[in-house]
Amino acid sequence: MSSDLDVFVGNTTLIDEEVYRLWLDGHSVAEAVARRLRGGVLEREGTSVAVLQSDTRDHYRTFQMLERLLHAPPRLLQQLLFQIPPERQALLVQRYYAFDEALARELLGKKLSKGTKKELDEVSARTGVGIRSCRRQFDNFKRVFKAVEELRGPLAENIQQLFLLDYAAIVFFANSRFETGKRRLQFLSFADFAACAQSMMGHWSQGALGEPPDPRAPEAAEPDGDLPKSFLQDLKELKVLVADKDLLDQHKSLVCSALRGKISVYNELEANFKALSRALVNVGGKLTHARDVRDFFVDLVEKVIEPCRSDKWSPGDLRLFLTHYTAARHQALWERYMAAITACLLRMYHD
Amino acid sequence: MPGKLKVKIVAGRHLPVMDRASDLTDAFVEVKFGNTTFKTDVYPKSLNPQWNSEWFKFEVDDEELQDEPLQITVLDHDTYSANDAIGKVYIDIDPLLYSEAATVISGWFPIYDTIHGIRGEINVVVKVDLFNDLNRFRQSSCGVKFFCTTSIPKCYRAVIIHGFVEELVVNEDPEYQWIDRIRTPRASNEARQRLISLMSGELQRKIGLKVLEMRGNAVVGYLQCFDLEGESGLVVRAIGTACTLDKLSNTSAFLPACNSPSKEMKEIPFNEDPNPNTYSSGPSTPLKNQTYSFSPSKSYSRQSSSSDTDLSLTPKTGMGSGSAGKEGGPFKTLLRQQTQSALEQREFPFFTLTTFPPGFLVHVGGVVSARSVKLLDRIHNPDEPETRDAWWAEIRQEIKSHAKALGCHAVVGYSESTSICEEVCILSASGTAAVLNPRFLQDGTMEGCLEQRLSWQPGFFSIGSEKGEVDFFPQSQDSSSLLGIEEASPPGCGFCHIPYDELNMPFPAHLTYCYNCRKQKVPDVLFTTIDLPVEAIVIGKGCLIQARLCRLKKKAQAEANATSISNLLPFMEYEVHTQLMNKLKLRGMNALFGLRIQITVGENMLMGLASATGVYLAALPTPGGIQIAGKTPNDATYDQHISHMQKKINDTIAKNKELYEINPPELPEEIIGSPIPEPRQRSRLLRSQSESSDEVTELDLSHGKKDAFVLEIDDTDAMEDVHSLLTDVPPPSGFYSCNTEIMPGINNWTPEIQMFTAVRVSRLSTINPTNQTLNKNFNDLCENLLKSLYFKLRSMVPCCLCHVNFTVALPEDELVQIAVTAVAITYDKNQALQANKAPTEKSQQRASTDNEEQLQFPLELCSDPLSSQPFSPAKEVLEGASSHTGIPAAQRVLKSHSGSWFRAGTSPEIDRCNSWIELIKLKAQTIRRGSIKTTTSLEKASPLAEGYLRHRSVPSCTNSTVSVVKMTPLSFLPGAKITKYLGIINMFFIRETTSLREEGGVSGFLHAFIAEVFAMVRAHVAALGGNAVVSYIMKQCVFMENPNKNQAQCLINVSGDAVIFVRESELEMLPVQPSTAAPQPTSSAGDVTT
Repeated sequence: MSSDLDVFVGNTTLIDEEVYRLWLDGHSVAEAVARRLRGGVLEREGTSVAVLQSDTRDHYRTFQMLERLLHAPPRLLQQLLFQIPPERQALLVQRYYAFDEALARELLGKKLSKGTKKELDEVSARTGVGIRSCRRQFDNFKRVFKAVEELRGPLAENIQQLFLLDYAAIVFFANSRFETGKRRLQFLSFADFAACAQSMMGHWSQGALGEPPDPRAPEAAEPDGDLPKSFLQDLKELKVLVADKDLLDQHKSLVCSALRGKISVYNELEANFKALSRALVNVGGKLTHARDVRDFFVDLVEKVIEPCRSDKWSPGDLRLFLTHYTAARHQALWERYMAAITACLLRMYHD
Repeated sequence: MPGKLKVKIVAGRHLPVMDRASDLTDAFVEVKFGNTTFKTDVYPKSLNPQWNSEWFKFEVDDEELQDEPLQITVLDHDTYSANDAIGKVYIDIDPLLYSEAATVISGWFPIYDTIHGIRGEINVVVKVDLFNDLNRFRQSSCGVKFFCTTSIPKCYRAVIIHGFVEELVVNEDPEYQWIDRIRTPRASNEARQRLISLMSGELQRKIGLKVLEMRGNAVVGYLQCFDLEGESGLVVRAIGTACTLDKLSNTSAFLPACNSPSKEMKEIPFNEDPNPNTYSSGPSTPLKNQTYSFSPSKSYSRQSSSSDTDLSLTPKTGMGSGSAGKEGGPFKTLLRQQTQSALEQREFPFFTLTTFPPGFLVHVGGVVSARSVKLLDRIHNPDEPETRDAWWAEIRQEIKSHAKALGCHAVVGYSESTSICEEVCILSASGTAAVLNPRFLQDGTMEGCLEQRLSWQPGFFSIGSEKGEVDFFPQSQDSSSLLGIEEASPPGCGFCHIPYDELNMPFPAHLTYCYNCRKQKVPDVLFTTIDLPVEAIVIGKGCLIQARLCRLKKKAQAEANATSISNLLPFMEYEVHTQLMNKLKLRGMNALFGLRIQITVGENMLMGLASATGVYLAALPTPGGIQIAGKTPNDATYDQHISHMQKKINDTIAKNKELYEINPPELPEEIIGSPIPEPRQRSRLLRSQSESSDEVTELDLSHGKKDAFVLEIDDTDAMEDVHSLLTDVPPPSGFYSCNTEIMPGINNWTPEIQMFTAVRVSRLSTINPTNQTLNKNFNDLCENLLKSLYFKLRSMVPCCLCHVNFTVALPEDELVQIAVTAVAITYDKNQALQANKAPTEKSQQRASTDNEEQLQFPLELCSDPLSSQPFSPAKEVLEGASSHTGIPAAQRVLKSHSGSWFRAGTSPEIDRCNSWIELIKLKAQTIRRGSIKTTTSLEKASPLAEGYLRHRSVPSCTNSTVSVVKMTPLSFLPGAKITKYLGIINMFFIRETTSLREEGGVSGFLHAFIAEVFAMVRAHVAALGGNAVVSYIMKQCVFMENPNKNQAQCLINVSGDAVIFVRESELEMLPVQPSTAAPQPTSSAGDVTT
């Protein structure tokens, strides 16, 4: 005797967290039932496989109907079809938009295009994230990216409003298209990049200045995902620090005198100062050109982190150096620039 | 022109994209009422239009206001082609037509399309200005309140319960009109939805008129159903109980509330003050009524024939005054005559209520039911209601005479239903025969009650809310001497005492003295269709008991078909009854409440499903066990097998007794007689095989007077049946289930509730189906469904499924559809344990709290003087059960006149099939469910209840918060107080699809549709300003599919009462007026004098 039709509808929509997890992970009903069986639910509840199947199918149907609403979380709050307690709604949204860091790391900086989506098979194989889950997460990234693309105001806040905070980093990367896939960047995790993105947005973006953007300023019209053009333009002025030999020498002597005896790698610092300083300043100067922006992290690793590492700088050494390197000049622009660079480097300086 | 309807269209949101090119919609709205239509402007290029229209005003008479729904259509404007409909909203404006209900309807409504489902939402405001000159020629009945609730609604009190009202309207089904061939499915569905809406309005108006004629102001227990007869038409019919209700004053609404339902019920009569009317005619009433004295010679036989049935009935009808001399005192006769005469004035003394004001129910006779098979294509004039009216009148007449046969003058818990397959229709009616206290039935009342009430008040008030159950009984010294002793039994068991004459029993039955009061006779088993009276004393907990049955039937046409159905029905009734009785015994219980037997007819089979809640009534004797008797006692292995089965059965009974905590006090046997069967002496109940009538006569069980229930295993079928008895698995631990409102033995509900609907359609795919395999399949289907419910709701443990309501349909060959609606309520386990301990410690086994103990005082006081009265226990006791039908209502009946069943086939037009009666009665004392507050659990549920759907992590979605609307099939919400009834919700929807696969197959389609129905109900309630629907019921769910064409269609009809409730925890926070408790006596005294 087979059940052709089998539904259960509660006035309050039942959400089973375990089944939701299985659904999000992209398991079919049969796979989900198998996993639930392995979880020992049968023994605990003394029920039958048929009941478990029916239950799983019910939940899957509910999730499929909910998915449309999850694509626009504010609608989930307004809709009348499913009566779901607020804390459950929050859970649904959070879990739906949660992502696997391994996958996010793979996708960082990639264009969220159809082409990329086609490569998800490989990504799935590399990261061990199920292909269906990969696709869903990819679509999430894309949906968030699209939704905030046109919006004004601070990126992080926009995303927070519409979705969840974590996405700011991904959108920021997708927007600026930083290169993250090179082999020498492989040691960096998604969390590293997310922290960097947060520092960069925090220090450099328009919204970060703590004052409402002047509506007459040209940046006010720009989406917040882009770094403000005027700021990037201003960064070019910093080049004088390394182009002008006197300024460079002066900078070096200030930093060296401050650090003498306080840092274990003083000799190496003295020898490399000019190269380091050039790298640090030029990274910023290149940010105006989209093509060079891509190399931001590559440059930092290649020209700062790797030399320091080969000279066996400790993270403490790097912190001390960057603090004094920044403090040696008093200029708002310089401090704003170096604050993010310092944060990024310190975060990235590990094995 | 007595009314002005005003409508404003505010805004829309989440509209579907209607213009693919722009991904936007140019929406406008048509507002239609009657023949008048208004339109809003087009709001271009938006999915969230803000129309902010002017007020559209319709000037209409109130008849129209009652009949017509307000129809709102959202359309997409198209310059070049016809405008596309997005969807519709139908709003029933009836709740705005009486002053105490809603004053405005305002809110977001889902825009519904019968093909696409919900497509966005629309914000609408509706108001009605009623002019007050509407008295001239009443075609309308504005102002009559309707309640689905089958008890007196919580914030009202019943001044008078007038009685039965019914109405029926017929129309041609649009689906079967010629035009249906050329119009779109959408147009056809909408025509049907609109027609049913119109017919419901008309029906309600007509019933309202009848209520006004009876001088009532409300209909309680309103049940409206529709019959899709196909070619012969569409019938909408309704029954209800007309009442005069008084709204309780506001102060009472803020009395410290108690969270147990039973207590709440008591509270109402407590607050209630004697109505002036009830006293006005004073003592003259009984005297006056005597002039109507009951004539035993008067024939109650139904004119409708059915000779054998009549024969068996007629003698019993004489019971009234004829047997008066044998009864305990003259008063019984007097009382009876009085009530009888009050009821006799009514054509049908029926009440759709299932719960009553304390004292209303004097005795319960047993279940009465009647069925009849009709051929729809024989209706002479299908467009007129006359034929159907006559059909129902016939059935009701039959019910009435059955009740008479049980010595009862009224039928309570009454309901009607139909099952239609092609041109065959089975009409069914059932109820519980009862003797009622006349006080509520007419304007006059007995003075004794008044005096008693006054004298008792101080005592009751000191206790709290306890008084209701006593004051209608003539129990004080005055009244008892005046009224006679026999009514003097404690109210807790009075209703179990047999109402019929012991010497003139309608059927052979085994009577004992009431285990509670020891004064009156009670039957050994009691079946009823009502809820457990709150005052009943119950031992242990109750449980859901179902009997399930399939019977194959040859495919046949017309009369042959009707005949074969008629022939099958009695066997089904009998078998269902046997199953119920066996299962009841297997659980060690002795009474069934809320019994509902559904017989469904299909092309090639009949299905029977009976659900009821079994309990152990302290007043009734302990049920005997079940004995198995083998047929061939010489075979050793066979004997071994039998004894093995016997052991299994005994084990099950023992296990069940433990599970349901049934520990009746040990009673000295000599007092009662021997409740424990002596194996040699037992009577044997017989399983009748439907094929052979001779077997039936062979097993006459009516001799002997023992309790044991014998199952004779005479063939493999019998063996199967015994097996199936044992396959019913008890619910997993932490779960209880019942189909009544409240679960006996559980009294500490938390506010956490979950109402749900589950639907299953299964194919009974056996190649050569036999009754046995079908039975097994059907049984498995039901059991699996229950199992699956328990699993789904496991997070609510400990919890009880209440009001479990199964409906069975046979949509086509071999397909069985089962729909279940119920509510799961979590209870507090710790407190449950405490409460359970109390009764086990007490030999009286009362589920009591401190309150209850105190309550005992007044009860004892009032019974003491009575017991000192000369008392004649020799009153005849009789026990009812059905007889004329040949179905053994109690266990031993099986008379030869059961042959009467077979008569029916000869005239299928009026196939009276069967009707059987059950009864018994019991006695008990007041049970008082505790009023323990459950604060911990309140917290758990509160976010759900009052939550605004805003959450920290998703902060900004500011513009709207969807208010939570609770739904429950019960008449109350645990832990909450209903402060206002906003009106009846009665909605009918059709959904159709031509892309079944794309919508997730049949399950996806129906899942979405049920969710949509819930959403629309909630939206309407919220728009009325309510936060819950009580007495919610899904009356119909008709599902049809055509997988080959990728199509499916479903019709759903739901109803309930929209209410506003306030959490008790919130009530407590209100400043407690010191006057709330104290002024009660004065206020009630004051009312008395007015």
